[in-house]
Amino acid sequence: MKFLLPAAAFLLAGCASAPAAPDYDQLTVAIMKASFRDQGIARTDRLAQDDTNRACSAADVAGKPLDEATARALEAANLKTVKMPLDGKFLGDWKEGEKIAQDGRGMTWNDKAGALSGGNCYNCHQISKQELSFGTIGPSLYHYGKTRGVTDPDSPAARAVVEYTWRKIWNAKSYNACSDMPRFGHAGILNEQQIRDVMALLLDPKSPVNQ
Amino acid sequence: MTKILAMAALVGLAASAAWAQKTTEEGIAEYRAMLQDGNPAELFEAKGEDLWKKPRGPKNASLEKCDLGKGAGVVKGAFVELPRYFPDTKRVQDLESRLLTCMETLQGFNAAEIANTPFGKGEQANLEGLVAWISSESRGMKFNLPQSRTEEKTMYEVGKRLFFARAGTHDFACASCHGTDNKRIRLQDLPNLTKPSGAASGFGSWPAYRVSSGELWGMQRRLNDCYRQQRFPYPRFGSDATIALAVYMGVTGKGGESVAPAIKR
Repeated sequence: MKFLLPAAAFLLAGCASAPAAPDYDQLTVAIMKASFRDQGIARTDRLAQDDTNRACSAADVAGKPLDEATARALEAANLKTVKMPLDGKFLGDWKEGEKIAQDGRGMTWNDKAGALSGGNCYNCHQISKQELSFGTIGPSLYHYGKTRGVTDPDSPAARAVVEYTWRKIWNAKSYNACSDMPRFGHAGILNEQQIRDVMALLLDPKSPVNQ
Repeated sequence: MTKILAMAALVGLAASAAWAQKTTEEGIAEYRAMLQDGNPAELFEAKGEDLWKKPRGPKNASLEKCDLGKGAGVVKGAFVELPRYFPDTKRVQDLESRLLTCMETLQGFNAAEIANTPFGKGEQANLEGLVAWISSESRGMKFNLPQSRTEEKTMYEVGKRLFFARAGTHDFACASCHGTDNKRIRLQDLPNLTKPSGAASGFGSWPAYRVSSGELWGMQRRLNDCYRQQRFPYPRFGSDATIALAVYMGVTGKGGESVAPAIKR
C-alpha cells in the first residue's frame, strides 16, 4: 500500500507520464559500493556510515544544520562512548604530545596494520607559537590551558576542563554532533597513552602551548 | 636548478620563526608565479599530441577518430565540456575514462587492464601525456559542462552527495577541507569547492604538473590522493564515484576559465 501512495499522488497532480525522480541517496550508496575497493588496511567497510555521519552528511547536502533535538541525541550517544582513563591519570608527557601533534601518518592504504598513528593536530589547529605551518580548519589552541585558568591540572579546580578536554579528544562529536574533528579515541586513531600526551601538550603549564 | 635552489630557500624561510606568516604565503605565490614561465607540463603536452596521432595498440590505429564529445577527432574545446554523457557507452565519462574507451575500441587495448595499472606506469603514463595535450587545447576557454541529459543531472546529484559523505576512520568528507572559505591545511590554501569561484580554481587547475613528484596528474589521480588522505578505501580508476565528483565540481565551477595543465607544488 505504501508503494502505491506516491503513484496516486502523481495521478492527482496530473503528471502521470513524468518519471519519478530517482532516489539519489540510494543511488549514491550503490555507486559508492561499486566504485571503491580494498587496498591495504583501507577496506570498503570504511564506507559504512554510523548514525552521526549519516545525519551530518544529509544535513550538509541539504545545506541546513541538524535540528536541535537530533543534534543533542547524537551528542549524547557519542558522549556515552567515551572511556575515561582507568587509573585516573589524564596527563602524560607534553614532548611526546608535540610529536603526535606534528605526525600526520596513519590509517591510509599506504600504512601498515597495527602501526601507531599520529594526531595530525597541526593540519587544522594553531597549537604552539613556534610552529608557523599550521592549518585553520579548527580554532587556535595556543594558550589552551592558560586561557582556561589551568595552573595545576591535578587540582580539583582544573577537573572540569581536564575531563572536557579528554572527552573532546576521545570523541569530538560528544559536544558538536557534526564537528569536523576526528574521534581519536572512539575510532582507535590514538591510544590512551597518546591521548594523555596530547592532553599534556594542551594543559601542562610547562608545555610551550601555555607559555 | 635555480628553481630547486629557490624552493630550498623558501623552505628554509618558512621554517624560520622570524618570518611572518603572510610573507611566507607571498613567497610561495611568487615561487609559483616564477614556475609558470617554464611549466614542464609542456613536455607532457608534446608527448600527448604525438600519442594521439601515432598508430598504436593491437589494431595499430591512432586516436584521431576518438569522439571526446564534440564529434570524432574534435579536441579543441572538448575538455571544458567533460564529464558528459556518451550514447555509445551509455555512461557519463570524464576525459580519462573516455580515453580508455577510445584506446579499447580504436586501438584494441584492454581498458580494464589500463585502469588497473598503477599511476605513472605503462599506458597510465601515456594517459598523462594525452590528458596534458587534450586539456591544453582548451586553455583559456570557460567550463561549460552539459546538464541537459537526465544522466548528467543524476551524476551531479550523486556527486554532491559524495562530496559531503562523511566516512572512514576519521569521519572526513571532501567538504571537511573544501566546504568553507579561507581555510588552510598547514600552509596550503584550500579552495571552497562548493562555490563557483572555488570550484573554478580548484577543479579548473587539473591536470597539473606536480613539482613535488615531477609528474603530471590528471583529475583521477588527484581524487585518488584526496581519498587516500581521507583514509577511504581505494577509488577504482574511472569509476562512477570519481566521475560524479568531477561533474559536481565542474558544474559548480561553470564559467571559470581553464588554465590546465597547470603547475602545482
